[in-house]
Amino acid sequence: MDASELVEALVAGNRRALARSITHVEADSETGREVLRQVYPRTGRAQTVGITGSAGAGKSTLVGALAREQRKRGRTVGIVAVDPSSPFSHGAILGDRIRMQDLTSDPGVFLRSMASRGNFGGLSETATGAIDLMDAAGFDVVLVETVGAGQDEVEVATAAQTTVLVANPGAGDEIQSMKAGLMEVAQIMVVNKADLAGADTAVAQLKALLAIANLDSWIPPILKTVARANEGIGEVVDAIDGHQEHVRSEEHADSERRRHVRGQIIALARAALHREALEAAERSGALEILVDSVAARERDPRSAALELLDALRRSWSSSSDLGA
Amino acid sequence: MSQASADAATSDTDERPIRVLIAKPGLDGHDRGAKVVARSLRDAGMEVVYTGIRQTPQMIAEAALQEDVQVIGLSILSGAHLGLFPRVIEELKSRGVDDVLLFAGGIIPDDDVVEVKRIGFKGVFGPGTDTRDIIDFVREHAPRRT
Repeated sequence: MDASELVEALVAGNRRALARSITHVEADSETGREVLRQVYPRTGRAQTVGITGSAGAGKSTLVGALAREQRKRGRTVGIVAVDPSSPFSHGAILGDRIRMQDLTSDPGVFLRSMASRGNFGGLSETATGAIDLMDAAGFDVVLVETVGAGQDEVEVATAAQTTVLVANPGAGDEIQSMKAGLMEVAQIMVVNKADLAGADTAVAQLKALLAIANLDSWIPPILKTVARANEGIGEVVDAIDGHQEHVRSEEHADSERRRHVRGQIIALARAALHREALEAAERSGALEILVDSVAARERDPRSAALELLDALRRSWSSSSDLGA
Repeated sequence: MSQASADAATSDTDERPIRVLIAKPGLDGHDRGAKVVARSLRDAGMEVVYTGIRQTPQMIAEAALQEDVQVIGLSILSGAHLGLFPRVIEELKSRGVDDVLLFAGGIIPDDDVVEVKRIGFKGVFGPGTDTRDIIDFVREHAPRRT
């Protein structure tokens, strides 16, 4: 199938066309890019939700519980579940289906596992694409789950309209580390495993941090859940609905939409730039010369980085077909 | 970053990782073998979707469709392979999933291997198989996607 046939089929609800389109987007193939171009005008209907938090916070379990609750409310659900690739072999074990067994035989649910593949920014390109494809395929809700360890993962979560940050009781240092940036990207905070000691302390810490965060018109609610026991899940879905209503309201729709797509464009440009720069640096051989010189302590790394950047700028301006 | 790892990263973007589904159909709960195979394939640079135990043929076929894997490996120790494997193939066919490489592992008596291969499993790997043989098999036969 070519791009137009894939788009036609996936918009008509063909699950195999959706799956194959995501494969093309993951491979960053010409077909994949064309599918995304054609599909974009047909997106914007779905409620898109990013779920992030550190490993072991209970994200997969929470995503499963949220999906079940959404199904109870009569909505269809697409899920993108991201697991890390091994930095050594580049392989990955994608195990989210284990925790969503019951959902995998529900025709109203489509679950796609994705490996982070460790290429800078590539994940946000792929995940943003997968969200758009599921949106265009007609899913009412699209949930994206990532391990929120780094910039890439946060960007993936923020590729969705509503970002949910998952924390745990007793993770004091972890909450401290969230001060920088994460607080600002999350529209809903969830303290999961709230049956453990320290849940109220965690909520209080998050509240204290919110007080010093840069908030605009939306105040992020802080909710307690025990995802494993399905406690507090309805409240999270209500909060997501509340935020979606907020961003789609007449008063905020325009500014929220602009804020959202601005973030997307910057993230995607950053990813493309990073990849291009790395490829050009490797091709030119300049990188290796600088490595030799810094390793011998003839230059400092910062100067070498700026020299590399200069070399890249020169090569880009001298040959316009370099990136082809 | 060393030259070697830079090269690895470059070749990795040129050559997309092979996506494999490892599933356990039926009711036996012994998944050691399936996990060993999953890890070996992961360590060989593949992306392995692992479903866990007690999968119905419908669940396996639906997972293969949604994940768009190139390869499906089924592990079974209950003896129900001749009952379950044809149903997995039926479910795949009914969904139009006709371009995947199938292999099987677990306890499959020699007498049944012929039948398992006849219905579409290109490889059957019993106890004691060197995981390198499975890796080589998958690399050689996995269909290309893009």
